[in-house]
Amino acid sequence: MSDILLSAHDLTVRFGGVLAVNGVSFDVRQGEVFTLIGPNGAGKTTVFNLISRIYTPTSGHLNFLGQRLSDVQPHAVAAMGIARTFQNIELFEHATVLQNLLIGRHVHNRTGFWSQMLFTSTVRNAERATRQKVEEVIDFLDLQHYRDTLVAGLPYGVRKVVELARALSTDPKLLLLDEPSSGLNVEETADMAFWIQDIQHDLGITVLMVEHDMSLVSKVSNRVLAMNQGEVLAMGEPAQVQANEAVIEAYLGGSFDAANLRRKG
Amino acid sequence: MRFIFKTRYDQDIQLAKHSGHVWAYSLLLLLLCLAPWLIEEYWLAQLTFVLIYGIVGLGLMVLAGFTGLFSIGHAAFMGVGAYVAAVLSGHGVSFPVSVTMAAGLSAIVGAVVGLPALRVKGIYLGIATLAFGFIVEEGLARWESVTGGNAGIHVKVVSILGWQANSGEKFYAVCLVLAVLCTLAVLNVLRSPTGRAFVAIRDSEISAQSMGIHLAYYKTLSFMMSSALAGIGGALYAHKMQFISPDQFGILQSVDLLLMVVIGGLGSVHGAFLGAIFLITMPQLITLGKDFLPAFIGQAPGLQAVVYGLVLIGFVMFEPMGLYGRWLKIRTWFELFPFYRKGMFKRQKSFQKSDRLK
Repeated sequence: MSDILLSAHDLTVRFGGVLAVNGVSFDVRQGEVFTLIGPNGAGKTTVFNLISRIYTPTSGHLNFLGQRLSDVQPHAVAAMGIARTFQNIELFEHATVLQNLLIGRHVHNRTGFWSQMLFTSTVRNAERATRQKVEEVIDFLDLQHYRDTLVAGLPYGVRKVVELARALSTDPKLLLLDEPSSGLNVEETADMAFWIQDIQHDLGITVLMVEHDMSLVSKVSNRVLAMNQGEVLAMGEPAQVQANEAVIEAYLGGSFDAANLRRKG
Repeated sequence: MRFIFKTRYDQDIQLAKHSGHVWAYSLLLLLLCLAPWLIEEYWLAQLTFVLIYGIVGLGLMVLAGFTGLFSIGHAAFMGVGAYVAAVLSGHGVSFPVSVTMAAGLSAIVGAVVGLPALRVKGIYLGIATLAFGFIVEEGLARWESVTGGNAGIHVKVVSILGWQANSGEKFYAVCLVLAVLCTLAVLNVLRSPTGRAFVAIRDSEISAQSMGIHLAYYKTLSFMMSSALAGIGGALYAHKMQFISPDQFGILQSVDLLLMVVIGGLGSVHGAFLGAIFLITMPQLITLGKDFLPAFIGQAPGLQAVVYGLVLIGFVMFEPMGLYGRWLKIRTWFELFPFYRKGMFKRQKSFQKSDRLK
């Protein structure tokens, strides 16, 4: 059990009459890339929002390193070592790339308000150390060129990378990526795949992602969980899940429908 | 065009980014120090008001420009500071103590007012702070035993350990010192993790939270810092006016303050002071201009309000980044001459399109 980083037990979320997630259980192992797939509205992003404590489960619970996530304040999740990106990029638009990444280091801030106001040498040294860490991330993701650019002026593909960089700046144990390849072109998607592999192998960070691009999924993920209508369809190796009858049916419709669509005669 | 070749992290941490900054701000400070000898008494008094409003503007800038929380009752914090200073100096308390108390009490009141800010946002926060402004104004008017009610209260001159700031020049010096200290404090906070947390909350609450920023804590902190600065400004205002009454801290004053930061340029420290210069010089310009206008316009009541309104509308429509934004554009035009393009600052127009967390 010791190699399990995050485990979900029987998660259920209800928004009024809508059952967004229904009895979902899974374990994310230390060091793996775990992917959630499923058609639109399957409840993948809801699971993400449960982990980052934007929602609270109606029933069931999440465990991260032996601690129940529902006992943790929403802002404290980051300090536990969970960082995330968003499906529709949520960067700090009117700040530079560098400032965005520095905000990512917020959980590691140990200086108090008064010493910051006086900008004591402790604060200055802490700022230098913070900058050093951020520079490592900038080097890792090749963002040197954009360091001092305002996010508001960056193209979509770069913003996506900046968001990944910001999440990495927090020094996470678990990285949640919500559709890392959405809106990226083929080349950028290939880069993203390399980076995810590097994050897994070089940085040793466990990745949990939601993704639609099946080529990316099968390239980087160790295990895949397929969801539909808030329920688990299948879990296992990428190839295994892709071959699963229920998964194919969820994406393409049942064989009954397909047979009916065929022209008779 | 100036290219800054960066070789050390400290270059991004320092307040002065290059030697030009050092020169320009040293010169500005020198001129401000020499002002009592350079300009007449009337204009020195106006400059004193610019510094006082600049401090209050700094406070509102922290809140509105950097944290994205709008307060339409900021004059109330000024009022709290002003009355604390007035009452304490009346009891013979030394100025450093009374101004600290003014800042402290305003900060506490700010924390209380900040509580709704944790729940409501945008226009609703505006209404909540507006209501608070009325409550304070009413409270100051009714608490006659301390505040003297609507009849107002006289304020003694600033005294620091026996030294009396009994002339315009001496009081100007007090204001200048406080304005410089407040500006440095704000700049320091803005370049450290707290200031970045404010900006994060302004731009996207949801991702600020997922980066580990405690929204309630930082919003309250921003409110406290902002109202403390307004309190300091209020204390100076009280000493400058020498007489205060509750109606000086009403809705009109609050609107003036908001106007000041919007016209100065939201999200810039320069903007607070540029806005203050605007706010103080505009009435003079209008008075000067009156003689050149036809009588039915020049002598019409409410001319000032109309001009203010038009200027505000003009800024919101054509220059959302305010006076400071205009200055940036002019500077860039000269730096890049002849390569300045019209659309260079276009993208920054979409100010505060933040996804507020429910």
